[in-house]
Amino acid sequence: MKFLHLVWSNLRRKKLRTSLTLLSILVAFVLFGFLAAIKHALAGGVELAGADRLIVRHKVSIIQMLPESYKARMERIPGVVLATHQTWFGGIYQDPKNFFMQNPVVPEEFLAMHPELILAPGQKQAWLKSRTGAVVGRKTADRFHWKIGDRVPIQSTIWSKPDGSRVWEFDIVGIYDGKDKGTDTTALFFRYDYFDEVRRQSWGKGQVGWYTIRVKDPAQAADVAKRVDQEFENSSAETKTEPEGAFVQAWARQIGNIVMIVAAILGAVFFTILLVTGNTMAQAVRERTGELGVLKAIGFTNGQIVSLVLAEACLLTVLGGGLGLGLAWLVISRGDPTGGLLPMFFFPTRDLLIGLGISVVLGIVTGIFPAYQAMRLRVADALRRM
Amino acid sequence: MNTQGNDTLVSVDGVEKIFHRGAEEIHVLSNLQLRVPSGEFLALMGPSGSGKSTLLNLIGGLDRPTRGTVSVAGERLDQLSDHRLAAWRARHVGFVFQLYNLMPMLTAERNVELPLLLTHLSKAERSQHVKAALAMVGLSHRERHYPRTLSGGEQQRVGIARGIVTDPTLLLCDEPTGDLDRKAGDEILNLLQGLNREHGKTIIMVTHDPHASARAARTVHLDKGQLSNEPVK
Repeated sequence: MKFLHLVWSNLRRKKLRTSLTLLSILVAFVLFGFLAAIKHALAGGVELAGADRLIVRHKVSIIQMLPESYKARMERIPGVVLATHQTWFGGIYQDPKNFFMQNPVVPEEFLAMHPELILAPGQKQAWLKSRTGAVVGRKTADRFHWKIGDRVPIQSTIWSKPDGSRVWEFDIVGIYDGKDKGTDTTALFFRYDYFDEVRRQSWGKGQVGWYTIRVKDPAQAADVAKRVDQEFENSSAETKTEPEGAFVQAWARQIGNIVMIVAAILGAVFFTILLVTGNTMAQAVRERTGELGVLKAIGFTNGQIVSLVLAEACLLTVLGGGLGLGLAWLVISRGDPTGGLLPMFFFPTRDLLIGLGISVVLGIVTGIFPAYQAMRLRVADALRRM
Repeated sequence: MNTQGNDTLVSVDGVEKIFHRGAEEIHVLSNLQLRVPSGEFLALMGPSGSGKSTLLNLIGGLDRPTRGTVSVAGERLDQLSDHRLAAWRARHVGFVFQLYNLMPMLTAERNVELPLLLTHLSKAERSQHVKAALAMVGLSHRERHYPRTLSGGEQQRVGIARGIVTDPTLLLCDEPTGDLDRKAGDEILNLLQGLNREHGKTIIMVTHDPHASARAARTVHLDKGQLSNEPVK
């Protein structure tokens, strides 16, 4: 710590140069924060997916529907503990920009299948009693200022009512929270029996979107998946069963290989920053060759000189990186900037720590060459250049 | 290994220094002998390129002789590793340079404190030593000033305070008045003389200036790599 003022004073020497370098590092780390949040929002569901849950969908495509009768057959397959279904409702609240998912579900089965969704017991009871009742996630409730007791109209882009209208009204009877920070709390769930009764008059009778099944032993999940698909082989609606993680990943892949895209952008950004900071450090050391000679003359060892230069480079990158990550965290904390397309938009702590680690590594990499040059300086030669 | 009598602090024996410029060899010092007793104020004179600064660098452990030995307080400098030589310099030598060589971004007190950062002294102890050194050179009132706000003479006093703050065995001054006017130069010479007489500091001063060398107790002359007690004709 006693050398800190010496390191700091060197950074203050060329204020404009230091500020510009800091700014470029800061911008790079803000970008890092945003890309980490976007990557997590698009692909992060994979990490949160239940290891004991499988998704069963139509073999052709997710938009093809499956018979409601499959549920009982699935639950008879050895290794399956529970099966429940969901159906894509595709609703709009007031404006198409206000995107969030709404699905009809069987409440008890659904809540048993998803213990990561926390709903107060009283609210659960209310949902079981009210056929038009719906529970909504905390994020969406906050976003639209919904509270329990509100009646909300949602216009479906798929499902019509017997009178031809597509506006469905639901009573908010519960607001659920997520068990973890990363749990999606943007969706609205309403009762399948109400949905099925009303839509019976129109298209899709007795059909559901997909099934979620819980297996007894996650280690046997692959075998169970195979058994499920075999069960419905050669039927009019063959199935494709896969782990929930793979299902989420397939959704994310519709946009492209997000991890690869993010890595490519960040690679280019950090390579540029490496050059910018490396140049700043090389210049800074070259300019004070004589001063380094003085330090060596008064007894600083080569190791101490190397440490001083590396500390200076690291201070620059950690300061810029820390400010950038802090700024990114502040902005990202304000929530999804897309109005609902990225429900799990937040800056994961793991990525924040990775960012800090990158800032230290960046400092070491950019400082190592100037530090080596400083170490190799001969004192007598350096003093002549003062 | 102490090969000298008890009062000899610096001993230079058979020292040669050869620099290489491409294929060319430049003999700067040849078979040089020098003894400096403890507590002496020695002036080292000679024309440009005579090897004065090279000899000072060898005595201060900033460079190594091509042949021969340099001992200070019984320590053979040519036998020390780079790491141990740096530690030895921190403990035993104070340097005063012609162009002061202060760190422009540090205040006078922070500049003086630099050699103390290499010791185990606490912050309070370092501060105490810095204040005492600055008081000794008469700059207590300028401790918070940056070098650019000080005159040349004042900067050199800060340089001297930095040189003596660790109470070194030996003070090596390379043209300490070379960049100062006569009045400021005289003040610096008074200061060095006082450090030698009142505090018993052993000082070796390289200078061109006969006026400066007159303040030393002994003057030796260096020419073509050899020492003599007579001025160079």
